[in-house]
Amino acid sequence: MNIIIANSSPDPIYQQIVSQIKNLILKGDLTEAEALPSIRILAKELQISVITTKRAYEELERDGYIETVGGKGSFVSTQNKELLREKRLRVVEEKVAAAILAARTVGLEREELLEMFKLLYEES
Amino acid sequence: MFNQPLAPSEPKSTGSPSEMDSILVVDNLTKHFKDFSLQNVSFLLPHGYVMGFIGPNGSGKSTTIKLIMNLIHKDGGQIKVFGLDNLQHELTIKDRIAFVFDENHYYEELSIRDMARIVASFYKHWETQTYDKCLKNFDLDPKQKIKQLSKGMKMKFSLAVALSHRAELLIMDEPTSGLDPMARSELLEILATLIQDERKSVFFSTHITSDLDKIADFVTFINHGEIILSSPKDDILEKYGIVKGANDMLDEETKSLFIGIKTNKFGFEGLVRDKEKAHRYFKERAIVEKPTLEDIMLYTMRGEKHG
Repeated sequence: MNIIIANSSPDPIYQQIVSQIKNLILKGDLTEAEALPSIRILAKELQISVITTKRAYEELERDGYIETVGGKGSFVSTQNKELLREKRLRVVEEKVAAAILAARTVGLEREELLEMFKLLYEES
Repeated sequence: MFNQPLAPSEPKSTGSPSEMDSILVVDNLTKHFKDFSLQNVSFLLPHGYVMGFIGPNGSGKSTTIKLIMNLIHKDGGQIKVFGLDNLQHELTIKDRIAFVFDENHYYEELSIRDMARIVASFYKHWETQTYDKCLKNFDLDPKQKIKQLSKGMKMKFSLAVALSHRAELLIMDEPTSGLDPMARSELLEILATLIQDERKSVFFSTHITSDLDKIADFVTFINHGEIILSSPKDDILEKYGIVKGANDMLDEETKSLFIGIKTNKFGFEGLVRDKEKAHRYFKERAIVEKPTLEDIMLYTMRGEKHG
């Protein structure tokens, strides 16, 4: 499991941890019921405050990605439907983003791209 | 009741600790000297965290620490360590505290091993095994005389002693001053290891704020004997902001947003307490960046100087 903190990023550190752990879960690098490092170990390793890692885990817990069992630690949640749906949505989002990027590089306007999208959508 | 240590303009953070779960409580502490006063100093340190105590030279850091250790007499207020009054239960408390000074206070002629034998007798719970393990981890030779040690090695020796009597609270006065970057980094690593035990806490004063940018959980900032702020570090760094822009953007109204401003021929740079507000105000005309603790310290002092 890799977590890379960028000091130059405008995002707060806890946010960087949240999005990286979410990505690891969505990509399947972290699997169901897998144990996460404790907030103190994570803070020590990344040389950041325990409050930062605690806040990151609290947010992941709130969003249903992980569960914390008192005295035992935190684990990746057994995946629920919403999570899976989000996982799929994420894939769609990535592909659309790639299409937009490709369109931009050839100077395609927003409307032209939407037109192309509509055509293809109806064809399929 | 305990007074919130925050300045009036600082809203209470959700992460604020309560007196109940605090290992160290300083409440309305006052001490008067001829030309300097410590005024109503209050803050809390919860179990399991690192608090950095920052401020310029002569701001009252060492005085506060000496009062906590009862090395000088206070004029008012209360200090509680482990929930106990620091005067009534002085010995019980000191047995559970490890105190590390900037200056060496050991016998220079003794070896690391012999010095430990003497120190061990002062404490109820001395663990020779832990001590030997620390020496090994810190690359210290037990046969070496204290006077032969470098500054970084002396610091590590003090820490080895501190860690070997099951101290729950580590109090350090300027532990990183005079240490090279390598030794400072090692020290921070040791502190992070110490708080893996959720009951233990570290309180250390420093004027090298980059040490705190990394590992501190809480930051307490003192200036002229008064607490300017005491909050979780993340809250401080998220709320405050450095704003940069053109000089013509500054007028009496916009200036009031700033704690301190520095201008030059080509623009200004200043610290704001609420970066969201500054962003709403200036929109795209100014750059808003993350501050460092050093920025916050410097601009707060600068702001004062220029009214």
